[in-house]
Amino acid sequence: MLAGLIWGTVHGNLDQVTQGLIESSKEAVTLGITMLGVLSFWNGILEIARRAGLIDWLSVQMDPVLDFLFPELSRSHPARGPIAVNIAANLLGLGMAAMPAGIEAMRAMKTETEQHSQPDTAESIATSSMCTFLILNISSLQLVPINMIAYRSQYGSAEPAVIVGPALVATALSTLTAVVFCKSMDLFQAGRTVRPR
Amino acid sequence: MMLWISRMLIPLTVGYIISFGLISHRPVFDDFLDGAKEGLQIVVGVLPSLIGLMTAAGVLRSCGLIEALGEALAVPAARIHFPAELVSITLVRLVSNSAAIGLLLDLFERAGPDSPAGMAASVMLCSTETVFYCISVYFGSVQISKTRYTIPGALVATAAGIWAAVVLCC
Repeated sequence: MLAGLIWGTVHGNLDQVTQGLIESSKEAVTLGITMLGVLSFWNGILEIARRAGLIDWLSVQMDPVLDFLFPELSRSHPARGPIAVNIAANLLGLGMAAMPAGIEAMRAMKTETEQHSQPDTAESIATSSMCTFLILNISSLQLVPINMIAYRSQYGSAEPAVIVGPALVATALSTLTAVVFCKSMDLFQAGRTVRPR
Repeated sequence: MMLWISRMLIPLTVGYIISFGLISHRPVFDDFLDGAKEGLQIVVGVLPSLIGLMTAAGVLRSCGLIEALGEALAVPAARIHFPAELVSITLVRLVSNSAAIGLLLDLFERAGPDSPAGMAASVMLCSTETVFYCISVYFGSVQISKTRYTIPGALVATAAGIWAAVVLCC
């Protein structure tokens, strides 16, 4: 942000910068209002699913995947359910359903670490599970990019859906890279002499 | 077929969950209200980091730094066979989704969605995420400041997605 301000001053387009600053803070609030609606709706739906036992079922189905990706989280860990929902929702492209589950998973992982470590030591440090979870989220998991297809047909693409195949390959590759990276980081960290974390 | 499934996805998911709740004799609407209430708090919780980050992204975008960086990187990018049109869209993608979509639509208008660059940009946006936005929203929500290897990991995964998009489409 500072870089932007300095660059703007040097190049004499501070007016635009001011404009951009105000516009984008408005945009953030607009997005927030959309999120208030859609995200709360999905969280409500997810609450129904949780209380009906659907989420436990889902996380049991995903046990092999979760065990592999998050060896730190025991089978009874409270973050497993929300992580399972987050991954499933991301696969389906329901970003607004994935986010509340993701945040809940983060919270569950955080409270759990706090209980297991002395106070003040691990407070603001990300655990390996948190890193893996977030990197996986960022690597993008979506199977069918429905929004992109809509944009393409809007702009007169002859075949808006041709990107589905390549997008799937690219997404798989970035996710695979993410998994390999996280696993090797885990190994690397485990290989070092144990530091209190 | 795929498109039909995608279109039916949200109604089906919602319908399935609600009917499952009804079958297991849950007070479905009360459960929904509890979840929705919590959802409101989640949004309020992430809004500050949202405003901070999007404002920073807005300043970066409007000051011309990204364009200048894009121009500066176009020559080395061409050397590794990376299309020059995609440099700035790639950079913007890291901080702002709406801005990246804006650039994508510009590109569609100029070069057409079926041009190699248009294809690569479409695939790229599908296979990557708004890296810094995600990190700040998720870690911001639990006050994590030491992110350890998250940022390098996220960037490596994103780079893999971008590389695949370019190789597949250009």
